[in-house]
Amino acid sequence: MRRFGLRGIALLYLLVILVGPLAMVFYRTFEHGFAPAWNALTSPETIHAFKLTLIITAIAVPVNTVFGILCALLIVRHRFPGKGLLNAFIDLPLALSPVVVGLALFLLYGRNGWFGPWLSDHGIQVLFALPAMVIATIFVSLPFVAREVVPTLREIGNEQEQAARTLGAGGWQTFWRITLPSIRWAVIYGVILTTARSLGEYGAVAVVSGRLQGQTETATLRVQERFESFDLPGAYAISLVLALIAVLVLVAMSLAKPKEEAA
Amino acid sequence: MSIEIRNVTKRFGDFTALEDVSLEVEGGSLTALLGPSGSGKSTLLRIIAGLEQPDTGEIAISGALATALAPQKRNVGFVFQHYAAFKHMTVRNNVAFGLKVRKRPRAEIRERVDQLLALVQLSAFADRYPAQLSGGQRQRMALARALAPEPQVLLLDEPFGALDARVRAELRDWLRRLHEEVHVTTIFVTHDQAEAMDVASQIAVMNTGRIEQVGDAMTLYDEPQTEFVMRFVGEANRIGDRFVRPHDLDVALDPVDGGVEAMIDRISSLGFEARVELAAADGDALTVQLTRERLEELELERGQIVWVRPGRDRVFAEV
Amino acid sequence: MGSLAETATIAAPRAASRISGDRASTALSLGIVTTFLTVIVVLPMAALVSTARQDGFGSFWDAITSPEAVAALKLTLVASLAVAALNAVLGTITAWVLVRDDFRGKSLVNAIIDLPFALPTIVAGLTLLALYGPRSPVGINVAYTRTAILLALMFVTLPFVVRTVQPVLQELDSEMEEAARSLGASEFTTFRRVVLPNIFPGVLSGVALALAKAVGEFGSLVIITGNLPFRTEVSSVYIFGRLESGSTVPAAAVAVVLLAISFLLLLAIGAIRHFTTRHDRA
Repeated sequence: MRRFGLRGIALLYLLVILVGPLAMVFYRTFEHGFAPAWNALTSPETIHAFKLTLIITAIAVPVNTVFGILCALLIVRHRFPGKGLLNAFIDLPLALSPVVVGLALFLLYGRNGWFGPWLSDHGIQVLFALPAMVIATIFVSLPFVAREVVPTLREIGNEQEQAARTLGAGGWQTFWRITLPSIRWAVIYGVILTTARSLGEYGAVAVVSGRLQGQTETATLRVQERFESFDLPGAYAISLVLALIAVLVLVAMSLAKPKEEAA
Repeated sequence: MSIEIRNVTKRFGDFTALEDVSLEVEGGSLTALLGPSGSGKSTLLRIIAGLEQPDTGEIAISGALATALAPQKRNVGFVFQHYAAFKHMTVRNNVAFGLKVRKRPRAEIRERVDQLLALVQLSAFADRYPAQLSGGQRQRMALARALAPEPQVLLLDEPFGALDARVRAELRDWLRRLHEEVHVTTIFVTHDQAEAMDVASQIAVMNTGRIEQVGDAMTLYDEPQTEFVMRFVGEANRIGDRFVRPHDLDVALDPVDGGVEAMIDRISSLGFEARVELAAADGDALTVQLTRERLEELELERGQIVWVRPGRDRVFAEV
Repeated sequence: MGSLAETATIAAPRAASRISGDRASTALSLGIVTTFLTVIVVLPMAALVSTARQDGFGSFWDAITSPEAVAALKLTLVASLAVAALNAVLGTITAWVLVRDDFRGKSLVNAIIDLPFALPTIVAGLTLLALYGPRSPVGINVAYTRTAILLALMFVTLPFVVRTVQPVLQELDSEMEEAARSLGASEFTTFRRVVLPNIFPGVLSGVALALAKAVGEFGSLVIITGNLPFRTEVSSVYIFGRLESGSTVPAAAVAVVLLAISFLLLLAIGAIRHFTTRHDRA
């Protein structure tokens, strides 16, 4: 009976905070019929927004994956001073407000920023353009692959790699044939988290993009824009698509997590 | 302090752990539940403790019905195979836990804990954490902890199973002496027949959820009532449809009545005695235990063909 | 014999290069990683701190003590702490139910917990508005109120305590609880004296993570709170507002405060992790 009490509290908590609101998005999207939602989703600006989101993600995820694996190898397998500081900087994106991230990038790449003059002298546009948005997204999704791979790498130990070396494998071969396969699922899980974060980023990108419709507006920024233009069905429609993507991500996570834990 | 188990049955899904088990345990005795894995002995122990509920049947402790009582109310001490030490508490606080929960006065707790730590010889480790103790020390702490609230019954679930052989032998000895001093009704579970016979005054042999036989070590050994008991408690050779102990077999150089032809595979000399391992004509393996004298008398050799037959009438015949 | 000597001579140079190879590869990896981190993380942070100080300490102090900034910070901290405390309790209960209880659909419930991780924050704000805003079907309208802040923060921090407590609970030896019960402890006492001390570090690190997320939260608050200064404006929104109106130095000042809070929380999490493993270090 006491079990039921606790179970009831937990389920009620989830219903009120999570499930209820999500169900409403479905309703609100199609409240006024299918047409408004469809129009919002197929307008050129919206399509461009989704494209932009995908491009940014397609750049940020591989970059962070390579970085994450390299970082994990460094932390687990090598000794060097300042490891604590390195860890702190890798974890920072998890604890930092996205607006602070955006502002910091603004102050670095803006016209009056540290790199500003040099960039405008060379005609390179970073802020209010794709490069800044990519950098911001890389920043916020930085830690995930590294944090997933580190514990796995630690647990596996390097005996297999030593064995490979004694059998004559060189550094790169060992990495490709032995190390990488052994951390495969940790990497995959980390990539899923990185992708989700990149697709969903709002605050940092909102600051550095300038939110120019049809040019520097991502899907999440478009939601805000539709809302401010009183196109609620439009805003809900885009949100629904993003929510469905999130659900897909959840499914991917549930499938990959047991494999990661088994490794 | 006596315990009565009446017609207890317990199923886990499709698996029947206990089937209509009944047993009487005398107050103050030291009883062993002996059997292989899956025999139901741990389940029975946990049911006595109240950590599991039987599907049917009853448990009575000191005459009072206890089946519906929560473990907290039964006043039984339980010792786990893997110690279940409270790893976030010192040894002293582990042992004191049962008393603290009963809100005994501080001074009384301190005295009793000191007394028990002295009894289990862990006084020097009072302020250490379980992680800093060896396996044997942790188990002694667990024992002290279980005894602290003066339980009516002490239950031990394969208490020495996780320890190495030497420590196991020491603690076995130690448990027996402890029981002589403290005299609380004790039931322990083991799969080690030598351990049961060494420590317990009464043994219940269990197999696939049933009790096969209850008795003291000698009775089980000399008068087994089922084939399982015969084979589990001590060694047994199968000759035809009968079972004979190795030391009840004799070897003859010429064919004898009621004897079985066999070839000697191996002879090992174990100090005072010798073991002769043979392969019978029908392929069965036989083991005979002889005194050194007899071995020398017969001048046995490897590869020799001899005849083996029961020396005395102590055989178990399957009905 | 000959081949053995051959192997020996081949092995020797490789062994030598392996040693220096390791040092070289450490240096190379370290170089790449450090450069990447510097460009992506360290430089922006340096620019931020530098800008905050650029007009002198007095100006910095004025910026962070201006009435609106203080109001925003107060609101941010109070709301975040409240949500963190709620999370500590509700998150632990949820973790308990997920680990110890069994019911149909449990794996579905387990998967949903991660939704706030996967969902964009702006969408989170919109979904809360759908149910608890002006046209709420259940008649609850908390848009433009402080309650909305709490709701939004509860949404985005939901997974943190649950996910840090779950593995600890799973690992916990249930025999410890059985031992406590056999010694006479009631269910509540068993929880209080045996389970809680062991899951407490997990709860604490979940709380620290939740706090960090809540203090910096932006996207989910932008829609449902209306960002009314002195009423429902949190620090992140304040910073955004200052930036939009061109006051970059005051914005940077308050941002540095948030940065400091983030760093402190990270330190706390690290300390908790270190503290957690002390009992296992014999």
